[in-house]
Amino acid sequence: MTELLQQLINGLALGSILALIALGYTMVYGILRFINFAHGDVFMLGAFAGFYLAPKIALVLPLPSIAGALAVMIIAMAICAALGVLIERFAYRPLRQQPKLTMLITAIGVSLFLENTGQFVFGANPKKFPQLLPAYPLPQLGGLSFNSNQIVVIAVTALLMIGLRFIVLKTRMGRAMRAVSFNPEAAALMGVNTNVVISFTFALGSALAAAAGILFAMNYPSIDPLMGILPGLKAFVAAVLGGIGNLPGAALGGVIIGVTETLVSGYVSSTYRDAIAFAVLILILLVKPSGLLGKKEVDKV
Amino acid sequence: MNLRHAKTVLLGAIALSLVASLFSRHISGYPLFVAYNIGISLIMAVSLNLINGYTGQFSLGHAGFMAVGAYSSAVITNHFGDLNVFAANAVFTFALLAGGLAAALAGLLVGVPTLRLRGDYLAIVTLGFGEIIRVILQNMEAVGGARGLSVTHGWTNLFWTFGLAAVTVYVVAALVNSTYGRGFIAVRDDEVAAEAMGINSTKYKVTAFAVGAFFAGIAGGLYAHAIQFLTPNGFGFMLSIAYVVMVILGGMGNTIGVILAAILLTLLPEGLRMLADIEHLPGIAGSRPLSWVENTRMIIYSLLLIVLMLTRPQGLFTLRRRSR
Repeated sequence: MTELLQQLINGLALGSILALIALGYTMVYGILRFINFAHGDVFMLGAFAGFYLAPKIALVLPLPSIAGALAVMIIAMAICAALGVLIERFAYRPLRQQPKLTMLITAIGVSLFLENTGQFVFGANPKKFPQLLPAYPLPQLGGLSFNSNQIVVIAVTALLMIGLRFIVLKTRMGRAMRAVSFNPEAAALMGVNTNVVISFTFALGSALAAAAGILFAMNYPSIDPLMGILPGLKAFVAAVLGGIGNLPGAALGGVIIGVTETLVSGYVSSTYRDAIAFAVLILILLVKPSGLLGKKEVDKV
Repeated sequence: MNLRHAKTVLLGAIALSLVASLFSRHISGYPLFVAYNIGISLIMAVSLNLINGYTGQFSLGHAGFMAVGAYSSAVITNHFGDLNVFAANAVFTFALLAGGLAAALAGLLVGVPTLRLRGDYLAIVTLGFGEIIRVILQNMEAVGGARGLSVTHGWTNLFWTFGLAAVTVYVVAALVNSTYGRGFIAVRDDEVAAEAMGINSTKYKVTAFAVGAFFAGIAGGLYAHAIQFLTPNGFGFMLSIAYVVMVILGGMGNTIGVILAAILLTLLPEGLRMLADIEHLPGIAGSRPLSWVENTRMIIYSLLLIVLMLTRPQGLFTLRRRSR
């Protein structure tokens, strides 16, 4: 029982990170109906931004400390948000009127570009991510051992999700995002500047990916330029699982994938770990073809 | 593609590859391997074009089918020791066919349950199947698991690669140009309308998946007996993506374009690699060696991909845009 609870906590921490990445996939999909394959690499760049920022921040603020970690995270999120906007502006916007597949291939090109440039600039060898937060000793609860980083991951994810929910539901920009996602043409006719909304969506998604990258690196402190591929894929699976285009769905999907993966590698076999996400996805899509919380789209003739 | 002369072209291509294979002794290992790679990419891209281009489905797991074919054929031929030419070719034919059939079976397994899914959902599920195949191979100790499987015989030659590439092109072209095969295009253009006209779209999608997977399996068999060493990670989803890129750059549902794109995209990284080996640019005194190309080869490749998609989104070799 204790072990199961322990695994659940581990799974929840991994799932939170996947959920943060999945939110970016699902937001972009909701608005552009297109899979941004380069999203996993923005996650990687977030981790590297943190890696290179940490020594600079350490000159101003003490590190490891809460203030220092917060500064690293916020600046990395800002950098990646700007990057996301740039990618959209130069690689995706010119193709917006083309079939979605061309945009998908461009996204794959951007993904390859970021990975290979990453290997060229940062070097292909894994780097050790610096410690951002001091490890607090936590009381053992009934034999459960908490890792303070895991608690931080879950808490930060929850905060970011509440923030995102506020932006989407309570602000002007959020309303514009929902309008564009519902019907881009009608939104444009009502005076919504779709370009600004799309840029904002990319900025938001990329910032969340950067946060996920730093949280990931804090828990698994070895980072390399290809680290974004698998978490990116699994997060995408999580987004589809929850019903792509649906924000709570992405969060739910992330948690489901994270927990199942941890449980299976803990109890069944760790070598099958990377296939679990896909197996869960296929099983769920067979029963609910549009994902857990997704709306069924009706073909209009 | 004009089918009237197709049979002549097919026989010509097979004869040409037979003649070429007689001279392959005079070609050293590396260029020969690149030539095999071109043939294999050609089979992969043209068969994927049946699924993605003509039937309008979106498969991201073609490398998975290739892996099934590669491993099954390798397991069969590894049972045999040294054989004379005729026995070797007979066994190789059987192994390639078996690999193709195993892959087709995998294609059916993927095709049947995923038919309710559309577009992006289908894409991610096929990608998932490809990854699951890879992880299963990684865990199968009988085929070496993650350590990989060495293939005893290097039976792949120019005749087999380009002969089978010609057959693939012919079969796919003949299929979509037949009365039966118009159904593929109908399913792509408008599934609802096709259903209303009495076309069983389910059957067409499954057929496309099975036939496409069959040829991917054959390509896998050729690959196994060319490189003579298989690892599950060699068939990851980046390989599937590489073939999808060939199909899209060639122009979806344009066989000639896809053939050209397959050749171009296989040669491009090799060409960049050769460029990196050049000491001086000819005719330019004191020019610096191009060795920097080696490190930036993949960056150049990805940049070219982005620029190509931005400038020719309809595909490199499509002259006019299909109206949608």
